[in-house]
Amino acid sequence: MKAVLFGASKGMGRALARLMAARGDRLFLIGRVSEDLERSARDLEIRGAPAPVMTAFCDLLNPESFAPALDRAERELDGFNAVVVTAGMFATQEEMETDPQLAARVLAADFTGTVLFCEEARRRLLATGGGTLCVFSSVAGERGRKPVILYGAAKAGLSKYLEGLDHKFRARGLRTVCVKPGFVKTGMTAGLKPPPMAGQPEAVARRVLRAIDRGRPEVYAPAAWRGVMCIIRNLPRFVMRKIEF
Amino acid sequence: MTLQPHRSKLSGWGRFPVVDGLVLKSEDLPAATEGATLSRGLGRSYGDSSLPAGTDLPVADATLADRLLGFDPASGMLRAEAGASLFELNRVFLRRGWFVPVSPGTQFVTLGGMVASDVHGKNHHVDGCFGEHVRGLKLRVADGRIIECSDTAEQELFRATIGGMGLTGHILEVEFPMRPIPSPWIWSESQRVENLDLMAAGLKEAAREWPMTVGWIDCLARGAKLGRGILMKGRWAQPDEAPKKPPPLKGRLRVPFQFPGIALCKPNMKAFNLAYYWKHIQPCRRGIVHPDAFFYPLDALDDWNLIYGRRGFTQYQCVLPHADGNGPARRFLERFVSAGGMGFLCVIKDCGAEGKGMLSFPQPGISIAMDFPIHPTKTPALVDRLNELVIAEGGRIYLTKDTFTRPEHFRAMEPRLEAFNAVRRKWDPEVRIRSAQSVRLLGDSA
Ligand SMILES: Cc1cc2nc3c(=O)[nH]c(=O)nc-3n(C[C@H](O)[C@H](O)[C@H](O)COP(=O)(O)OP(=O)(O)OC[C@H]3O[C@@H](n4cnc5c(N)ncnc54)[C@H](O)[C@@H]3O)c2cc1C
Ligand SMILES: NC(=O)c1ccc[n+]([C@@H]2O[C@H](COP(=O)([O-])OP(=O)(O)OC[C@H]3O[C@@H](n4cnc5c(N)ncnc54)[C@H](OP(=O)(O)O)[C@@H]3O)[C@@H](O)[C@H]2O)c1
Repeated sequence: MKAVLFGASKGMGRALARLMAARGDRLFLIGRVSEDLERSARDLEIRGAPAPVMTAFCDLLNPESFAPALDRAERELDGFNAVVVTAGMFATQEEMETDPQLAARVLAADFTGTVLFCEEARRRLLATGGGTLCVFSSVAGERGRKPVILYGAAKAGLSKYLEGLDHKFRARGLRTVCVKPGFVKTGMTAGLKPPPMAGQPEAVARRVLRAIDRGRPEVYAPAAWRGVMCIIRNLPRFVMRKIEF
Repeated sequence: MTLQPHRSKLSGWGRFPVVDGLVLKSEDLPAATEGATLSRGLGRSYGDSSLPAGTDLPVADATLADRLLGFDPASGMLRAEAGASLFELNRVFLRRGWFVPVSPGTQFVTLGGMVASDVHGKNHHVDGCFGEHVRGLKLRVADGRIIECSDTAEQELFRATIGGMGLTGHILEVEFPMRPIPSPWIWSESQRVENLDLMAAGLKEAAREWPMTVGWIDCLARGAKLGRGILMKGRWAQPDEAPKKPPPLKGRLRVPFQFPGIALCKPNMKAFNLAYYWKHIQPCRRGIVHPDAFFYPLDALDDWNLIYGRRGFTQYQCVLPHADGNGPARRFLERFVSAGGMGFLCVIKDCGAEGKGMLSFPQPGISIAMDFPIHPTKTPALVDRLNELVIAEGGRIYLTKDTFTRPEHFRAMEPRLEAFNAVRRKWDPEVRIRSAQSVRLLGDSA
C-alpha cells in the first residue's frame, strides 16, 4: 500500500501509521508542524516503513495547503492508493459556547477543511483508478447530544459527506471508509473523564486497518460503540432531553 | 492552543498513597514539561516517587511521547523520546535480534523511568545498571532550558539525573546502545534450593558462569528452611538451540476487580509461597523459555496490583554489603519474620559494582525485595525496624520502591545525599522540581 497520512503525528493516527509501517507500507506524512512530522517519519522508518518517509505541510484550516501537499505526495510516492485522515480538532461544548472563535475553528477544521481535503484526495484517487479514502469522523455525529452539539454537528456533516461519496464512487473504485471512534484515550481526550468502554488507540488502529484492507464503508471503534449508538439513535426525543449523555 | 492540565487520581504501582494530581499529558513532551514540577512515566514505581509534591503542582505524564528518533543498525545506538516503553522496544527490536542492555522485572516502564530509577536487572553482576549504558540525555531543567547532558557535557547533571528520581529535571530523550542477541529466546536453568546458605552460595557460583541470575525465596519459611527458594539462571539461546520462530506475542490476563483484604490473610500467603516452591517439583529444570516468561513473569497478569485490595501495598527493597558472608541477609530475613512481616514475593539478587548515578541504588552485596500489603500502623513500624537493620548493616534502600522510610533513616543510609543535593541546588536553587517523595525524604516544601 502507498498511503498519504494526514494527522499521523499523534493519537490514533500515530498508532495506525505504526501498524502500516510494521508491515512495510510506503508512507507519506502531511500535517501542520514540519519538524514534528520529521520526528514521526524517523519513528516510522525504524518500525519498518521503507525509508525515506517524506513529509509535507498541510493545515486543515488552510485549504490552500491541500493541493500542494497531495501533489508532493504523488510525486514522492510515484502515485498513492490510500489516503487516511485522522487530523481533527476537539473542544468541549462549554469551551465552544463561551468562545465563538474556537467554535469557528473546530467547525472549519472538522467539517469544511476535512471535506475540501477529501475532495482533493478523491479526485486524485479516482484519476488513477481508485483506492481507499479512510477518514475519522465520530460517534458524536450520530445524534444531537448535549455534551457535543457543535463538534457533533461537524462530524455529522462529515459522516454524511463520506456516505455520499461511497454511494456515488464505490463503483468507480473509490473505497470510502468512515471511522466512527467512540471514546478513545488519546491526547485529545486526556482532560475528559473516560467512560467504562474507553478504547486504546492501538486496538482502534488494528480494527481500522482491517476495515481499510477489506474496504468496509463504516467502522465503529471500539466495537462496543456500534451497539451503544444503535440504542442512542433510537432513543425518543423526550429521553434525549433528560439525559446528559 | 496551550496545553491545559487536567485533574486525575495518581498513585504508584502500590496504589498507596493516592493523590488528586494536576496532569499535563501530550505527545509534545517539551510543551507538557514547560510548566510541570515533575515528570512521570508508567507509574511502576511503587510508592510516592512519581507523585507531585502538592495537588496543584502539575506533573507531566510522558507516556505519549514515545517515538524512536534514530537507530543505527551497525552500532545498535538508539535515541528515543523518554515516554517510549520497554514493551514497545521489545516488540520492535526483539525479533530483529536486539535487546536493551539492562531490563527491570516488568516491561511496562518508560525509558525516562528507567533512567530516573537507574534500574537494574538479572544481569547486574556483569552489566551494572541501565545508567551505565546511557550515552546522552536531553533534559529540561528547572529554569526551563533544554540541555543535552552526557559524560562529556554537564557530567555532574548527567550523573545526578541517573538514579535521581526525576528531581534534577524532565528527561525528554534518551540515547543508549541496544545490544545484539544471538536469538530472541532464553536458555534457562532453575533449581530448588533448601536454605539461605545454599541460595547465597548458588547465586555466587552462578554469577561466574551465567550472565543473568536471580533467586526467589519463601519469605515465610523459618529456622532451617529460612531462605529456601528457587534459583534461576539464564542466557540468550544460541540460534541452533532456539526455535526458528520468534517468540509469539503473549496474551495477558487481567485482574478484573480489587480483591477484598481477606485474600491476603496469612494462610493464603503461606499457601502461595508453598505452592510456588513445590510447583518446582524437580530439583532442577533446564531448557528454552519465552523471554517474557524469563524477564517479566508478573506481566502476564494485567493490573495484578488490584490483588492487594483497597489499602494497597508496598515493596521493600534494600541492598546489604557482603562484609560477612550471608550473615546480613540472614539477619534481615529473621528480622522480617520476627517483626511480623509477611509477603508474597521475595526476590534476592547479588549486585555488582556501584554505578555512576549519584544516588543509584545497587552496591556490591545482596539485594532483597519483598512485597507486602499495607496496614496503616503495622507497615510503617515494620519498615522502621527493617531500616534500622539496614543502617546497622551499612546498606541502603531503593527509592523507587519506597513509601514509608523516615528522612532521618534515609540520611543515615545515604552519605551520598550531600553531593546530590549540591548538584540539585546548583541547577534548581528554588527547588521547583520536586515530588511527594522528595518532600517526605529530602525536606522539600510541599
Ligand atoms: C513488577 C515490577 C517489577 C520491577 N522490577 C524491577 C527490577 O527488576 N529492577 C528495577 O530496578 N526496578 C524494578 N521495578 C521498578 C521500576 O523499574 C521502576 O520503578 C521504574 O522507574 C518505573 O518506570 P516508570 O516509567 O513506570 O516510571 P514512574 O514510576 O512513573 O516514575 C518513576 C520515577 O522516575 C521519574 N521519571 C519518570 N519519567 C521521567 C522523565 N521523563 N523525566 C524525569 N523523571 C522521570 C519519576 O519522577 C519517578 O521518580 C519493578 C516494578 C514493578 C512494578
Ligand atoms: N479520541 C477520541 O476519543 C475520538 C473520538 C471520536 C472521534 N475522534 C476523531 O478521531 C480523529 C483522531 O483523534 P485523536 O484522538 O487521535 O486526536 P489527536 O491525538 O488529538 O490527534 C489529532 C491529529 O490531528 C492533527 N491536527 C489537529 N488540528 C489540525 C489542523 N488544523 N491541521 C492539521 N492537522 C491537525 C494533529 O496534529 P498536530 O497537532 O501535531 O498538528 C494530530 O496529529 C479526530 O478526527 C477526532 O475528532 C476521536
